[in-house]
Amino acid sequence: MAVKTDVLSKAEMGGESILATLAPRVVNGLRMFAARVLPPILFLALLLAIWEIACSSPGATLPPPSTVLSDTWELIVDPFYDKGNLDKGLFWHLASSLKRVAIGFSLAAIIGIALGVLIGQSTLAFRGLDPIFQVLRTVPPLAWLPLSLAAFRHADPSAIFVITITAIWPIILNTAVGIRNIPQDYRNVSRVLRLNGFEFFFKVMLPATVPFMFTGLKIGIGLSWLAIVAAEMLIGGVGIGFFIWDAWNSSLISEIILALIYVGLVGFMLDRLIGFIGNRVGGFASQ
Amino acid sequence: MTAYLSIENVGMTFKGANGPFIALRDIQLQIDSGEFVALIGHSGCGKSTLLNIVAGLTRATTGGVLLQGKEVSDPGPDRAVVFQNHSLLPWLTVYDNVRLAVDKVHSKTKAKAERDEWTRHNLALVGMDHALDKRPHEISGGMKQRVGIARALAMEPKVLLLDEPFGALDALTRATLQDTVMELHAKLKNTVIMITHDVDEAVLLSNRVVMMTNGPAATIGEILTVDLPRPRNRLTLAGDTEYVRCRKEIMEFLYARHRAPAVHAA
Repeated sequence: MAVKTDVLSKAEMGGESILATLAPRVVNGLRMFAARVLPPILFLALLLAIWEIACSSPGATLPPPSTVLSDTWELIVDPFYDKGNLDKGLFWHLASSLKRVAIGFSLAAIIGIALGVLIGQSTLAFRGLDPIFQVLRTVPPLAWLPLSLAAFRHADPSAIFVITITAIWPIILNTAVGIRNIPQDYRNVSRVLRLNGFEFFFKVMLPATVPFMFTGLKIGIGLSWLAIVAAEMLIGGVGIGFFIWDAWNSSLISEIILALIYVGLVGFMLDRLIGFIGNRVGGFASQ
Repeated sequence: MTAYLSIENVGMTFKGANGPFIALRDIQLQIDSGEFVALIGHSGCGKSTLLNIVAGLTRATTGGVLLQGKEVSDPGPDRAVVFQNHSLLPWLTVYDNVRLAVDKVHSKTKAKAERDEWTRHNLALVGMDHALDKRPHEISGGMKQRVGIARALAMEPKVLLLDEPFGALDALTRATLQDTVMELHAKLKNTVIMITHDVDEAVLLSNRVVMMTNGPAATIGEILTVDLPRPRNRLTLAGDTEYVRCRKEIMEFLYARHRAPAVHAA
């Protein structure tokens, strides 16, 4: 708004300057649009066209995009329906997956940061725990599922455990690296000032480590989202992973494709959300 | 002997991979209250180690440091350090960097409003009261060092330790900061130990210049008293016979009698 009034008032003062002021701005705006927005749209259209042509032959095993759209139109326009039991709109499936991720990821963040601080600060803890973590972090998420089902005996806590155990490793390791990278100068300043452990933690260690922590959190949220879809396929119940598995069992290939698109979009937004919070909290560090 | 600050028989041996490494030996130095002492020597002669021992950041292997008759065993605000690379906390503003020190050191002796006033006062002393809300990355290297000095002064230290504070600055910025440090020393009568590589800086600022021999097993080679009246002016001193004598004395020590080891000189 401010820009517009600025332009107008200039235009009022000198009649013919309106074009001179406005034209470069419009051109610039168009240029930005062309540079940023057009390429992805073009390539998306190209991909869809290839897909459409490839899957239009009578013997094709997968539906072309036009069929996907017409098959799933009801799901797209009404994501909020709820016919009881497991027959719910996509919103509810995504919401319950997100809820599991939120709980599992929060646990991973809290425990991961605490363990990261421990092995970052204490050489003994680092020597003792780091080899164990290095082995455990290579275990694939789904390999934990039978074990957690055996331990918790319920689907939901098992899925949450799988999320936590998947997301926790990058959080631990990145936090530890951050703590180890705190410049000796900051530690010396704290010692000269005689900051106690509590003050050192909140005033020096935490702010200095935030950028590293968020690197770990960002990797962690991506892994949780990867793991939840897989875990839900096995445990059932409401959730986007179960939705995909259920669609496969009913041979509704179009619904699978729609769900994949949603999974991708939600994963992308989760990643951006953590990135955004990270920039807000620790933006100073990049400068 | 009851000097204000007394470094007694300090020796430092590091345990290295190839056996023990003797960095410092037999360091004896008495410093009076209000004195400005420069430590000069080639790289690797253990100047920084000695300063860290006085600061309490490093424990000496032998001997010890007495400040007003009390042994120094750990770091503390009575021996404030200005570090070479300023070491301001990048997530705090200029004001908050100094305020952190003020809050910590004067929490019992000053009320909140007084601590605010004291923070501003010390930043004004170094001419940085115009940038209170700037963050360290927004100000120049010289300004960062000024804030570092303000933070150290705000602790009201008994001894101010300057670890090559101007080493990373260009010559012009260096000169203005040296003038600031001289003015502050004249005004506040701090006891200062400063590490430097710069012969002119040492002569201009100090009452005494402590020249260190090369490591390993570095020790004090000579101590030169700079008998120049204060306030000192770099322009009028340039041709002064006492200034030239001191300068020559240090140069001879550093470049004739105790040349840098070949590896360092290369």
